[in-house]
Amino acid sequence: MHNKQLVKQRKVFFALLLILLPLLVLGISVFIGRYPKPLFMPISVLFNDELGRNLVLNLRIPRLITSALLGMSLATAGGVMQMLFRNPLVEPGFLGVTQGAGFGAALSILFLSTSPLVVELSATAFAVIGLLFSYFIARRVRFGGWVLRLVLSGIAVSALFSAGLGILKYMADPTSQLPEIVFWLLGGLWSVTWNDLLYILPVVVIGLVIIFLMRWRLNLLSLSDETAFSLGVSVGRERALLLAASVAVTAVVVSVAGIVGWIGLIIPHIARRIAGANAASFIPVSMSLGAVFGIVSDDLARTLMMGEIPLGIITSLIGAAVFIIMMTSRRMRISR
Amino acid sequence: MTSAILQVNAITFTYNTTNQAALNKVTFEICPGSVTAILGPNGAGKTTLLHLLLGLHSPTSGSILLNEKPLKQYTRHELSQRIGLVPQTEYVPFAYNVLEYVILGRAPYLGPLDMPGDEELRIAHDAIREVGISHLESRVIPELSGGELQLVLLVRALCQQPAVLLLDEPTSHLDLANRNHTLRILDRLRRNSTTIIFSTHDPEAAALIADHLVLMRAGEVLDSGDLDQVFTSKILSRVYGTTVEVVPINGLRVVKSMGRLEA
Repeated sequence: MHNKQLVKQRKVFFALLLILLPLLVLGISVFIGRYPKPLFMPISVLFNDELGRNLVLNLRIPRLITSALLGMSLATAGGVMQMLFRNPLVEPGFLGVTQGAGFGAALSILFLSTSPLVVELSATAFAVIGLLFSYFIARRVRFGGWVLRLVLSGIAVSALFSAGLGILKYMADPTSQLPEIVFWLLGGLWSVTWNDLLYILPVVVIGLVIIFLMRWRLNLLSLSDETAFSLGVSVGRERALLLAASVAVTAVVVSVAGIVGWIGLIIPHIARRIAGANAASFIPVSMSLGAVFGIVSDDLARTLMMGEIPLGIITSLIGAAVFIIMMTSRRMRISR
Repeated sequence: MTSAILQVNAITFTYNTTNQAALNKVTFEICPGSVTAILGPNGAGKTTLLHLLLGLHSPTSGSILLNEKPLKQYTRHELSQRIGLVPQTEYVPFAYNVLEYVILGRAPYLGPLDMPGDEELRIAHDAIREVGISHLESRVIPELSGGELQLVLLVRALCQQPAVLLLDEPTSHLDLANRNHTLRILDRLRRNSTTIIFSTHDPEAAALIADHLVLMRAGEVLDSGDLDQVFTSKILSRVYGTTVEVVPINGLRVVKSMGRLEA
């Protein structure tokens, strides 16, 4: 079976590419920044310049890894949720998670503390509250299938939190607190340290490993309930597990990075174009591309201007542009 | 009388959202390797009955036995290795190609973290060839016609290699040629000793292939038995609530609706 061997070789090559590409981008990005001068940092700085070395080791590297995990998490969670909800237009924060996190962060800035860890904890807590709230309302909705009920209650809960966020913004001190809230909401990784990375790492790793291992079964969960059942799937339990994994990774990365949109919508679509609809192949592509997209977006956020451009603006800009190009070019390989 | 593969004993079923029973004291038996048509008008409870046979819902009262053991005593996994379902239609939101979709039928034989391997691929290829849609193998599901999709759904269930195959209105979206093609495939499966149960509101489709009929109306079984015994003008008229006549033409049973439109 010469042909089979060839297919296998191509698969291995493709898998290696998916692993090496983000690592390569990460490696190059270590030398991109605004120190000592904009754009490229010569390698010699690492050996000769104490300040440069500290900057790279304590700020740039944890930030780069975080941006990779951010992109990876949002892209993967987006792909998973699109399948669980049988709808290619779903994005990972829609079950009250993103708006909940924003509300939690603002609440902390106003009443608790502006220290990053407290803001992160508060954001995570409210992201989870947002999800649970959506979930319990969905259970009480008296009509429609499970998916419709979750979508509806997700919309309602998000609206509630964004109204609450509006109140908090209105109450905030316009000279100190308000800018802080707005800046948080725009999304960014400028304050990330090793501590933040360690805070999100366990959740992200566990969540992504679960999703990666169960990626073929995701296909089964995108079928109708009766068909999935007939194939021996414990629809409720497996859906809950994968949903929990996706929401958990989304909640922690959002709590550190603020609201960074579009990655979770656009990357799975690109991944499907490359690898097809089968989750066994497009989920790994999503992970890899998500990481690359996260790193590159953050590179741009760090280096384009003197100050930082908030990451959320960059991802929205690129994401929306790519989306428009995809929609208008050739055939979409997604239906509807 | 214990040779039946499926025994349905006086099952009653009520959906949570309503008070009215969707099925009322339904009783019948299915012999292994037979083809049974569940025949009745729209809303007779045919789909509900299939869902109960699948184990998706449990009867409110009564029992269903598979090989003399209650359905409830099988695990989800065991059940899915024995009973397959071809739903009436399936909305597939993502652009799987036919092979990727069909191979999902192997799920009952795979663990939660397994991926389909060479063995699964071989079975999927065989099932695709058996139904005669090899030319569709790399086509994408959303681009298939209704008739092609119906065959793909069937192949997916065949990959499951079930002893009992349930089909919900397998011919209702099909033109006559595709209907007969599907029925021919079912006939071939019967010869491989698969037990087939399908619902339909089309008496002619039932007459073409079924050995056995279960005639339903408003959640109740009006009659059941061998085709020759129950496929009569009188019984069918009662089932459909309108005058119909069974006319033999060239050895086929053609069903004519004799009801006029005026009230």
